[in-house]
Amino acid sequence: MTDTTIDVPETTKADWSSDQEVRWCPGCGDYSILTAVQMMMPDLGVRREDTVFISGIGCAARFPYYMNTYGMHGIHGRAPAIATGLALARPDLDVWVVGGDGDMLSIGGNHLIHALRRNVNLKILLFNNQIYGLTKGQYSPTSEIGKITKSSPIGSIDEPFNPISVALGAEATFVARTHDMDRKHMMETFRRAWEHKGAAFVEVYQNCNVFNDGAFGAITKKDKRASMLIDLTHGEPITFDDGAKGVTMGADGRLRIVETADVNASDLLVHDETREDPSLAFALSRIASGPFMPTPVGVFRSVDRPEYATEVSRQLAYAQETSGPGDLHALLHSRPTWEVT
Amino acid sequence: MTDTASPETRELDALVIRFAGDSGDGMQLTGERFSSASALLGNDLATLPDFPAEIRAPAGTVLGVSAFQIQVADHDIMTPGDAPNVLVAMNPAALKSELHRLEIGGTIIANEDAFEDRNLAKAGYDENPLTDGSLANYTLFTVPMTSITKRACEDLGVKPRDAERSKNFFALGLVSWLYNRPVEPTMDWIDKKFGSRELVAAANVAAFKAGHAFGETAELFDSRYAVRAAPHAPGTYTNIDGNTALSWGLVAAGRQAKLPLFLGSYPITPASDILHELSARKNFGVRTLQAEDEIAAVCSAIGASFGGHIGLTTTSGPGVALKSEAIGLALSLELPLVIIDIQRGGPSTGLPTKTEASDLMLAMYGRHGDAPLPIVAAYRPSQCFDAAIEAVRIALKYRTPVILLSDGYLANGSEPWKLPDVDSLPDISTTFATETNATDDDGNPVFEPYLRDDDTLARPWAIPGTAELMHRIGGLEKQSGSGNISYDPANHEEMTRIRQAKVDRIAEDLDPIEVDTAGPADVLVLSWGSTWGACKGALRRLRAEGRSADHVHLVHLNPFPNDLGEILRRYETVLVPEMNTGQLVDLVRAKYLVDAKSITKVRGVPFTAGEIKNVIMEALDD
Repeated sequence: MTDTTIDVPETTKADWSSDQEVRWCPGCGDYSILTAVQMMMPDLGVRREDTVFISGIGCAARFPYYMNTYGMHGIHGRAPAIATGLALARPDLDVWVVGGDGDMLSIGGNHLIHALRRNVNLKILLFNNQIYGLTKGQYSPTSEIGKITKSSPIGSIDEPFNPISVALGAEATFVARTHDMDRKHMMETFRRAWEHKGAAFVEVYQNCNVFNDGAFGAITKKDKRASMLIDLTHGEPITFDDGAKGVTMGADGRLRIVETADVNASDLLVHDETREDPSLAFALSRIASGPFMPTPVGVFRSVDRPEYATEVSRQLAYAQETSGPGDLHALLHSRPTWEVT
Repeated sequence: MTDTASPETRELDALVIRFAGDSGDGMQLTGERFSSASALLGNDLATLPDFPAEIRAPAGTVLGVSAFQIQVADHDIMTPGDAPNVLVAMNPAALKSELHRLEIGGTIIANEDAFEDRNLAKAGYDENPLTDGSLANYTLFTVPMTSITKRACEDLGVKPRDAERSKNFFALGLVSWLYNRPVEPTMDWIDKKFGSRELVAAANVAAFKAGHAFGETAELFDSRYAVRAAPHAPGTYTNIDGNTALSWGLVAAGRQAKLPLFLGSYPITPASDILHELSARKNFGVRTLQAEDEIAAVCSAIGASFGGHIGLTTTSGPGVALKSEAIGLALSLELPLVIIDIQRGGPSTGLPTKTEASDLMLAMYGRHGDAPLPIVAAYRPSQCFDAAIEAVRIALKYRTPVILLSDGYLANGSEPWKLPDVDSLPDISTTFATETNATDDDGNPVFEPYLRDDDTLARPWAIPGTAELMHRIGGLEKQSGSGNISYDPANHEEMTRIRQAKVDRIAEDLDPIEVDTAGPADVLVLSWGSTWGACKGALRRLRAEGRSADHVHLVHLNPFPNDLGEILRRYETVLVPEMNTGQLVDLVRAKYLVDAKSITKVRGVPFTAGEIKNVIMEALDD
């Protein structure tokens, strides 16, 4: 999929922008994600008409209206299911799914995990702002315990989901995290997701400046990133804070953040996103239990597994090979018959 | 297997036989094999499988009784018969639970071996009914089926317990002898089904032959019976159940539309067999997804429809309830989609394995907002084929979800079907939009996804991959024409009315109603769904007695055919029999202001022709 076909016309960001006025709250993180996507698309060498954005309901779910591609604004939580049907029917298309944490982890949690385990060729962007925006400020499945909202006046007592852990637990073959304050990182992560053959899950930390402003500020502000974001790079030791800190695995199997000066270089964990066994990726996803501690971003896992639509098409071809192409007359006569003259 | 020593064979014009046993006894299989052999003999037939919802209810109890009723006849019939003439009872519980259905004077063939103390107690008998004289009003044959079957299998090396499991084939063999059913189809079937499991095949063959020979030699029966072939129209026939016919109809619709089928489905009784059948049709290019739930099932079908496939979802009432939001979305998207509801007893889990036709109001109104959908209802097992094609035709032509109603009785019941010539099937092909259809303010060509066809009011179906026609659709109200999001009050009203008008337009396509009449009549029977057979049977009996009533059967429940109102107003009395508490009757009364009378039955079993005949007689005598 990385090969650029020569007859695809060159496009610009403007070509990927629809004529619809973008209506998110001023300062919403969604704007920067939209820009990142629109700026990345021309680099992929794909046709707009072969690209489809499917969404559920929520602020993020308005996304398809702003892309000058095919698109469907679906129903709450069901975008992965709608997209699965489209991807199986039309493996020739690039199908993107966009939704928020309420949309995809709450009402749509079931569809998300099944799209991931089936490895449907979908590029799933989950905009996580740890709050319900469109319904105006209730706590979400990623809100931290103790969160005070209109529906949790004494604080939320629901254990939050860790979206990366959920995706890994659902057998996802590509799992990554990025954030709305770094366009370059977003574009690179989205491009990696697009290159992946199968279900690609990208969590995007996204700021809701109306109902949960600054939720990720402790880690995504420019002056915090070096010390608070752990950039995962395949084949490289996992370090951050300009190499001052790193990640090791203790004898008990737990990951620890250490001062690199305190350990041998060989003790630092080397990131391998292609490990078949997801347990290390899972452990990495658990380093930070919220956006207040050093948090890994980048690609946690990228492994090959048969893509679902390919397998579906293979079964169709096999059936035609072994039984011949469908013959309705023969089907109707396939049970015991008798003649009346 | 007949010889001159056989007792005399007597002709019957019809026979209704009911096989009943424990749910582990293989009664459904026995009934199906009897049906198949009768079909190949050229009889007309109709079947009614009747089984509990549990995989295995407690063995030997009345709760665990599984039954299969079949009518075979030398003339065309429409129902599995009112009351059985013959009851095959494999154990006391089967006798206890089914005896009330048997006609007085009918025949009981009982497995004597099973009538021992423990089983009698489990079934709630204080005395053995085979010996206490309580069955004096019936012709009783007691046959030690289990012990003879075990003996027949002795030399095969089959364990006694496994041998015992073949006793249903003993019963089948005996009944096949008694009613002159051909032996070969069953032998062939055993061979095909158990080919690789030789011992099982051998035990079943031995049991079947033992049953057949028992009839021949036991001198228990003083006559055999035969039902001649029915005078069917020339052609090639097969015996078909409703779910298979419906599945094949969908495959045929794909062929006639020249579009691939996509089925998103979640298993549910009694619809699952359609998922099974279509999953086996991959060589027709049918894609099936066993989804994670009902909502995903319909949503995946919507996604496939967006991509240019015929999106299908199969389910039963509880599944339709779960799908309702997504169906509303498909309606708003104005994409083709067929939702197949194989109705069962409700509400909630209700009676999963029993039939009911109580989802008409759900189909009609089961969505939020003003959300009209076309409804097509199948009425006999073989006609499920045509109903499926009709549902797909409407979905494609009008770009709308369509609800196709069947029910458990049609789904599992079977009958002979004259196979259609595939070249005579209707062309239901449609076209995708490939070009822009409007211009913007600057005169540039643009594509408006909600610009409509003047005749059908359908919007263009432009599928992803088509250059220049990129557009976004969704559940938010659309501006008529451009399809942009619109909260304009007048536009919402316009779109709401257009969606209704589009469904209403479908009536223009429908043939004039055929009134089944035998002369002047004051009473009209108006029916829908599987009640068709009982109504037809009732009218036939009535007319044989020189009385007269007319009949209209509806396949299209929304919109109603244009001439329905005028027809209803011609009659003094309109009777509406339904397997619910009166849903069609409410629709008809509301729409046409006629004083139609409701006849209802909500017992998990279909109407009999006799029941319908009685209510028509009452109306005639009023």
